Amino acid sequence: MLNPFLALTRKDVKLFFGNRRALLVTIAAPIAIASFFGYLFGGGGSTEPSRIAVLAVDQDGSAISREIAAGLTADKNLEVKPSTLEPAREAVRKGKAVVAFVIPKGFGADAGRAFFNGGASKPEIALLYDPSHGAEMSMVQGILTGHVMEAVSKEMFNGQTGRSVVKDTLAQLDRFDMAPEQKKGLRGLLEGVQGWNAAQETGTGSAQEAPRVGLTLPYQVRSEAVTSGTGVKYNGYAHSFGGMGIQFILFLGIDIGIGLLMQRQTGVWKRLRAAPLSRGVLLGSRATSAAITSMFVLMVLFAFARVVFGVRIQGSVAGFLGVCAAFSLMTAAWGLLIAALGKTPEATRGLSIVTTLFMVMLAGAWVPTFVFPAWLQKLTVVIPARWAMDGLDAMTWRGLGFSAAALPIALLSGCALAFGALAVLRFRWDVDG
Amino acid sequence: MLEVTALRKSYGDIVAVDGVSLNAGKGETIGLLGPNGAGKTTTVSMIAGLVRPDSGTVLIDGRPLQGDTDPAKRAIGLVPQDIGLFDEISARENLHLFGALYGMDRANRRRAIDAALDLVGLAERAKDKVAGFSGGMMRRLNLAAALLHDPQLLLLDEPTVGVDPQSRNAIFDNLETLKKRGKTLLYTTHYMEEAERLCDRIVIIDHGKVIADDTLQGLQRLLPVANLLSVELEESKADGLRPEDVQAISGVQSVEILGGTLRIGIRDLAADSPGILRWLVERGYPFQHVVSERASLETVFLTLTGRSLRD
Repeated sequence: MLNPFLALTRKDVKLFFGNRRALLVTIAAPIAIASFFGYLFGGGGSTEPSRIAVLAVDQDGSAISREIAAGLTADKNLEVKPSTLEPAREAVRKGKAVVAFVIPKGFGADAGRAFFNGGASKPEIALLYDPSHGAEMSMVQGILTGHVMEAVSKEMFNGQTGRSVVKDTLAQLDRFDMAPEQKKGLRGLLEGVQGWNAAQETGTGSAQEAPRVGLTLPYQVRSEAVTSGTGVKYNGYAHSFGGMGIQFILFLGIDIGIGLLMQRQTGVWKRLRAAPLSRGVLLGSRATSAAITSMFVLMVLFAFARVVFGVRIQGSVAGFLGVCAAFSLMTAAWGLLIAALGKTPEATRGLSIVTTLFMVMLAGAWVPTFVFPAWLQKLTVVIPARWAMDGLDAMTWRGLGFSAAALPIALLSGCALAFGALAVLRFRWDVDG
Repeated sequence: MLEVTALRKSYGDIVAVDGVSLNAGKGETIGLLGPNGAGKTTTVSMIAGLVRPDSGTVLIDGRPLQGDTDPAKRAIGLVPQDIGLFDEISARENLHLFGALYGMDRANRRRAIDAALDLVGLAERAKDKVAGFSGGMMRRLNLAAALLHDPQLLLLDEPTVGVDPQSRNAIFDNLETLKKRGKTLLYTTHYMEEAERLCDRIVIIDHGKVIADDTLQGLQRLLPVANLLSVELEESKADGLRPEDVQAISGVQSVEILGGTLRIGIRDLAADSPGILRWLVERGYPFQHVVSERASLETVFLTLTGRSLRD
């Protein structure tokens, strides 16, 4: 005897696979979007990051300003082009450049004076930036600071401008509003610099053959992406395929709910209710078939990501399967809940889609949650999709063990039970008329 | 087989079914006749256990249905008004599924499916997807799906809605076969000719209430006339003809003049019609066409409610 539960489950699975066009869209759409997002967020780790477009407006033309522009041009993170003020402003406004920096006339001399005398007025470097690229502006500002310090100090200790600034400063030192001890110290420093410069001019200093240098950053940075293992590159596709998998599985959940609401309006539902079947069999079989199809879609997506983009389950395979299964069950129960709470398919569809999109967005499926404000990052831990996302990240590119999947699996399973119980309680069993 | 007593169901302020009672013995075919919105489908839904009544009882073979999984549900076969089939699988797969829901094993299912497909004339389309079926074929398969578990009581909720005359006749032939096999049929319709053709007894329902429950002959006895004579006058002229003059002719029960046509109600077609026709000719109202029709359920309904079945 074929168990009615199995018969109903098998029928739903058969209907899912029987609709080839819908099946193709269900799988092709997340693959396409995940591939795009994965590429944007680092891809397979081999692509060069894009350089920030910067315009250099040098109104000074001094040795210092030329040195600053040259330093920035050589920076591997920037793509610097010379410009003038108005065209630079227009280019930033049109989005053709992210930042334009303007070095005003007299900057070199003013910066030199301010270098030794904190009380002197400081010249300004204007940064014109595209407000939609705030993060890039901060990055350019940091790089600029380093190059300005290097260029100004180099000129002060080695260049012609530096010599005259030191000479002038020594002459005016007595008029500085400064404690006698500080003046004495500064005088010693300036006289030392003057001696250094004189030695370089006469060629008697030991630095004769050495290149001209100024203050430099006293450290180097070695960055290391901490992934599942040494030498294992971060694969952006692992996150994007997880994210899009979650999104489209939740859409499947909506389909389940709307499908049930639509079925209620047909003779099929009457026929099912007329048969000697428990409510558990009717809803349970629907949930089971939905979980099976959801799991199938997730497996296909990750198989594609593995073959095409080299996404690997770097952590526990059991944990990965557990997260996928728990999320599939949670989605199935979510679908039943939609059917239980919805009045009509038409009214329910729009609300469900909006709710799902919010859930997906806040789960970090589109962009990682670290770009969210801190309060939002804390808030999103209540969203089940976030647990699935964290669990999939942990089992794929983070390469963590089963213990890291245990909590997401438990939370998702608990959520599935809660949604399922609520759906059974709230489901309208009487047919309409 | 079926005893329904004082069923009542309301949705908010709307009373859909208001104290409906009816009985159907084994092998009997009961027609539940009423216009759209009369409460027929709600009554059937309550009998099948799909809708919980506010009050009243339904007994199947002397006992009420108890819960969703009551095995007594196997005694009922429901043919819903809306097609209750899955479009994207074949006719045979649909029937396998519905057979499985009633706990039938594979061998029994196969036999029952073959028999049901044979009965409704779809054996050759068994492997085709339902989505490719015509409306009439879907209706026939809708009937077949209710027969698999060999129920004693068939609830047929307007099973011929929207089908072509050929398919309707085919469904009627199927139902007559089932009737001959001793099945009890409860048949809802708003087509009087269907009820006239098939039913042993007719329950007329309107605004949720039973307004008549009798055989066709019994219902017709409620009417003041047994036949209607329609006389189309030559050149469609009835100038000067007064209804009260016609009413005075022996045997005439009612008179209605619609343009050039007279509609005359009489009790005895053979005895009364010659005198009426002769009277018309003698008074200078020659006619070109005469049609007689027996008073129908439509007339009964009109008489009982003051409105048409199709309103």
